[in-house]
Amino acid sequence: MDRLLFLLATGIARGAIFALFALALVLIWRAARIVNFSQGAMAVVATYVAFAVTAFTGSYWAGLASALVAGAVLGYVVDRGVMRFAPHDSPLAGVIIAIGVVMVLQSALGIAFGQQYRPMAAPFDQSPILIGGVPVFSPYDVFVLVVAVVVMAALALLFTRTSLGLQLRASAFAPEVSRLLGVRVSRMLTIGWMLAAAVGALAALLLVPTELGLSPHSADMLFVYAFTVAVVGGLDSPVGALVGGLIVGVAISLVTGYLGATVAPIAVLVLLVAVLLVRPGGIFSAREARVA
Amino acid sequence: MNTPTPRLRISGLTVAFGGLTALDDVSFDVARGETFALIGPNGAGKTTVFNAVCGLVRRASGSIDIDGRPAPATPMALVGRGVSRTLQGLGLFDSMTVLENVLVPLGLGTAGGRSLGETDAILAATDQLAALGLAADAARPVASLPYPERKRVALARALVTQPQLLLLDEPAGGLGSDDITDLAAIVRGIAAAGCSVLVVEHHMDFVMSLADRIVVLDFGRVIASGTPAEVQADPRVEEAYLGVEPAA
Repeated sequence: MDRLLFLLATGIARGAIFALFALALVLIWRAARIVNFSQGAMAVVATYVAFAVTAFTGSYWAGLASALVAGAVLGYVVDRGVMRFAPHDSPLAGVIIAIGVVMVLQSALGIAFGQQYRPMAAPFDQSPILIGGVPVFSPYDVFVLVVAVVVMAALALLFTRTSLGLQLRASAFAPEVSRLLGVRVSRMLTIGWMLAAAVGALAALLLVPTELGLSPHSADMLFVYAFTVAVVGGLDSPVGALVGGLIVGVAISLVTGYLGATVAPIAVLVLLVAVLLVRPGGIFSAREARVA
Repeated sequence: MNTPTPRLRISGLTVAFGGLTALDDVSFDVARGETFALIGPNGAGKTTVFNAVCGLVRRASGSIDIDGRPAPATPMALVGRGVSRTLQGLGLFDSMTVLENVLVPLGLGTAGGRSLGETDAILAATDQLAALGLAADAARPVASLPYPERKRVALARALVTQPQLLLLDEPAGGLGSDDITDLAAIVRGIAAAGCSVLVVEHHMDFVMSLADRIVVLDFGRVIASGTPAEVQADPRVEEAYLGVEPAA
């Protein structure tokens, strides 16, 4: 029972990171109808920036802030510099361009920093706290959960309580109609990319200290898991990203704990196939279709 | 005496899609406070006129002036110049509430040329909904409303920026006779307040009772124009609609 509680707690903390990263994928999908395969590589670039800033200043928080800024800037550059030129009539074009961006970014990081893993310090202890003799969340897990909840609440407020959020939603679901209403759709698309890239960068920054360390491929598995989360939850659904993240995080933790780490990716694949067979649009897929 | 500058002046407008000429040398003026109708059989080019005004289609030739100045090239700038439009389909954001739908155009930050803060925008949207009898529905998901009310939401969304030129694309489509009567009264009120209204509509009773002047399009060309009585008496209009050769 103790082991189960520990695995559940670990899974929830890990799932929160998956949920954040999946949310970044959902934001791009809703805005541009592109599955951003370059999200992981972009997030790793921002994490390297955080790594360098932390090394230079000695402050984790300065590194965290710089990762958010670097993520947003990279989102701007990828949208305006690359994705904007993708032909709109070919759904595959955005995906292929994104894969090209992955190759460019990972190669550039490899040339600049090498392929070795660089350990990243966490701002809080990663040893589980004992509650009633049962090891549960570590202080770092609590930090991750708080960050995830704050970011999701902030995004929810942005999208439901602000004029900017309203225009982001309008642009995402009916760009042509929005344009006729005077909404700066192109600007909203770029803001969507910047938001998503910053959230993705944050997720990678939260994950790396719990893994082997930072390398150009640090976010590869994160992308695979988060993509599964997004598909399981529904690519159109931020709520789906949250719930899907927790489901996948807990599933991976339980499978890893009881069956071994090598079985975890297979379990994720089984989950993905099962959801696609039963509900291809995802568990929380939006009923409304995007217009125009 | 100087002739007042028309709100909208379309001169020699020609639009082609590949080898198909959708509009051929179309010209007309819409005066301030005038209700002006564009009619014609399906495919005559009525909505293409709207799309040309809104900068959604490229002109092969001709000019479009709003208040004596060339129409801007982008829809966003057009809204800033006091032009609003409804769509043939409702074009509402089904995942939003009624109030949110009406707030979307106010993200531009202006109404009637006045800058708006977020609170002002909500007040303006709420007032507009109240003016069209939708105040009680403000918080409801727009998809939950009956069709006639959703039509009014689309109208409220077009009016909330206090336009000087309102383009209505088939506003009576899908409405019953009572709703059409109500709509006609609303449009008369809009025009009486000084807003020019350019309406595309198939419902002839609605058009004839409402429009000050009418242009009839067929295969992209103006085949008749004038007051409702003049247009109704024109044999070319009957031919276009019914395929009947005019009497020699």
